[in-house]
Amino acid sequence: MDAFASLLDRLYFTQGNLAKAALVKDYLARTPDPDRGYAVAALAGSLNFAFFKRSTIKEVVDERVDPHLFALSRDYVGETSETVAHIWPENPAAPRLDRLPALHEVIDRFSAATRAEVKEYLVLLLDSATSEQRWALLKLGTGGLRVGISARFMKTILAQFGGKDVSDIEALWHGISPPYEELFAWLEGRGPEPRVNDGLAFHPLMLSHPVEESDLPSIAAGDFAAEWKYDGIRVQLVTRNGSARLYSRNGDNISAAFPELVVQHSGVAALDGELLVKRSGEIGPFNDLQQRLNRKQPSKKLLESHPAHLVVYDMLQDGPDDLRALSFIERRAHLEAWHRARHYDQRLSLSPLLDFTSIASLTDLRARADRSSANYIEGVMLKRKDSPYVAGRPKGHWFKWKRDPLSVDAVLMYAQRGSGKRSSFYSDYTFGLWSDGQLLPIGKAYSGFTDQELRRLDSWIRNNTISQFGPVREVARHLVFEVAFDSVHRSSRHKSGYALRFPRISRIRWDKPAEEADQLSVLQPLVQDSITAGVGSDIQP
Amino acid sequence: MSHPKEWMSVRPEGLYCSAGDFYVDPVRAVARAVITHGHSDHARPGHGEVIATAETLAIMGVRYGSGFCDRRTPLDYGGVMDMGPAKLSFAPAGHILGSAQAIIAHDGGRIVVSGDYKRRPDPTARAFEAVACDVFVTEATFALPVFRQPSVDAELIKLLTSLALFKDRCHLVGVYSLGKCQRVMMELRRLGYVKPFFVHGALIKMCELYETLGYRLGEIVPVASVEKASLAGEIVLAPPSALSDRWSRNLPNVLTVMASGWMQIRARARQRMVELPLVISDHADWDELIATLKDVGAPEVWITHGREDALTYIAAKLGYRARALSLLGFEEEDGE
Repeated sequence: MDAFASLLDRLYFTQGNLAKAALVKDYLARTPDPDRGYAVAALAGSLNFAFFKRSTIKEVVDERVDPHLFALSRDYVGETSETVAHIWPENPAAPRLDRLPALHEVIDRFSAATRAEVKEYLVLLLDSATSEQRWALLKLGTGGLRVGISARFMKTILAQFGGKDVSDIEALWHGISPPYEELFAWLEGRGPEPRVNDGLAFHPLMLSHPVEESDLPSIAAGDFAAEWKYDGIRVQLVTRNGSARLYSRNGDNISAAFPELVVQHSGVAALDGELLVKRSGEIGPFNDLQQRLNRKQPSKKLLESHPAHLVVYDMLQDGPDDLRALSFIERRAHLEAWHRARHYDQRLSLSPLLDFTSIASLTDLRARADRSSANYIEGVMLKRKDSPYVAGRPKGHWFKWKRDPLSVDAVLMYAQRGSGKRSSFYSDYTFGLWSDGQLLPIGKAYSGFTDQELRRLDSWIRNNTISQFGPVREVARHLVFEVAFDSVHRSSRHKSGYALRFPRISRIRWDKPAEEADQLSVLQPLVQDSITAGVGSDIQP
Repeated sequence: MSHPKEWMSVRPEGLYCSAGDFYVDPVRAVARAVITHGHSDHARPGHGEVIATAETLAIMGVRYGSGFCDRRTPLDYGGVMDMGPAKLSFAPAGHILGSAQAIIAHDGGRIVVSGDYKRRPDPTARAFEAVACDVFVTEATFALPVFRQPSVDAELIKLLTSLALFKDRCHLVGVYSLGKCQRVMMELRRLGYVKPFFVHGALIKMCELYETLGYRLGEIVPVASVEKASLAGEIVLAPPSALSDRWSRNLPNVLTVMASGWMQIRARARQRMVELPLVISDHADWDELIATLKDVGAPEVWITHGREDALTYIAAKLGYRARALSLLGFEEEDGE
């Protein structure tokens, strides 16, 4: 596993996705099966077991290292794995391997070992490794790799490695498992595309384009259907005779996180829809859904307080028929029939089609998607009635038209250096609103300005610095940003008590005096909490 | 015989020898100062008389201009000088060019103030010599068992490998201007690197001094004198403060490298956005500190600056009387 250890080490320090992808592709090209497949799984987070517990690491290090010195070191380094990696003392009397075993051998040994054997094997590996290798081993073993490679990014890298389209990888990802030997055979042109035939396959999604001003004239009311754009997460529900699977938009199987949606669906179907969360019988805003995201196994309590809800809006498979070549209207008929047969199911609803006769009435609809009446709606969708279901983002078929963002005038308080190309620029900004003559930070943004504006901001920050803490500069309270954001929520994590969603800088107000920036109290009426959710009846799907 | 604690003390100005009426590495201007080496936290301008090795005096002249003190008194390694009733001599410390341990003998007692030191070979510094004494005064910059440095060769080979892999990237290497810079240059030459080193303006004068004193650094070209685009695939050296600042903005496709003992701590390297950290230190690491306590064998150890808790603890376990002096004014963290 020495190649894997040095890959992890390089990835940890490398800035920028291009360089990270280059390192991974270089590793994949140089490393044989099955090691590279296990490496992919470890990086993408699909190696779903830990070799050993943190407590095991502590036990073995206590046997070797003076606990007082370990504690002082741990405090200084701030992290256990790294401390152990550096501090592990050589023991000339202990057995040592000439070189580290291959990654797959390490994985096999750990997964087959008893508790006592795990400890013994871990010590043998630690004794045989360099500091950098020990760190990689401990990170791998506790399942805590944090080197900036997401599952999605790994699929992109694999697609580049094999000259394939990323949607091809997504379509089969859930059906293959480490060490992915079939996948590599296909990527390298040595074998056929892996067949995923468990009947619960993921179908790559069709995506929309944002509406541009210039698109509006080409949108003839009669050619398009309109729906609400929901503020949840896009999912695909696939069912086959009693079993079901829920996928995220990238084809990750998220069934375990939403067990209430995957039980007992009769028949064979693939549905496209939006995952939301209900609170006290009403669909809640994204903030409520947030409580359920990133929890692989929700607690019973959370399942009761935040039950998942699926709004379905397209159908790709109905019984034996693949519907994707049919038009939107034809697929819609299948969807409505499917839903009619399940109208009693409280976990499901059908996304209603909205009436519109002209651009004016469309604009009117979009304006109705405001925050007070239905806070789980963020705009309207337009879908060409004759559009087939095409994976990817085909032009001219589907459009999203989000409501206008909210905005406030906030004062720049702190600036931090960016990363990669922006590492010499102060490009990450923390800004605040006034409250009793004091500024309280409400958020952070690092987008929304041009390169030219960035250069001007950077030099302004350098000339207006009050104090500096590492990469952060505190600046004089003079510069006003118009900050756009999608919504605002209460948050106990911020001193101001609010958190903004998707904040970005819409304008730099060089002209505006800081005293005239907004008061914190302007956020109060904009807050979206589930308690304020009075859902308009015509919006209820 | 009198024990050094009778005639050595800690004053606000620094470590003071009452027998000879002088300070070692004082942090404020004093009448008579013994300077162990040229780094700015040890060698400050404005003293009356400065006693140091000829190299250290030359370094101070380059840094502060010729008027950095009223009188310069050079003392060679091995030479002995009367300081009132006390006797002062120097032994090599292995830290940087000209670095010395100050050996002070008086009334049958002897103390060694080692300044900063390391035990690994360095083509720009005479190797550390262990001197028997009653009290050994040591730094503790890297005094935690997590600080265990790899070999310089292994670290520099990482840089050479990266240059081969990323031929279009300018490898910008952060080095302290005195010591680390020239050591890295000479070690790279030893490993067969023959292309010019492109350097930030702040490094030039010190490199010239090393050249004058006979250290062959090879061809050095100021970055300011060349087309920036031509630096792709080259080694550019700069002080750490210039790594990710306006100065480096126009270099082509920069890969940030930093050579420092602090690079051992991952979070610290990443915080500085260093993509290739090289653990190359001019200070003793944990194993070297312990080996030095044993080699010197002084019954009493005074610890000046750094992580004194761990060193005090281990020294006591090894049977030495250890105490922390808590001297103020020495660089923590990112200093030299």
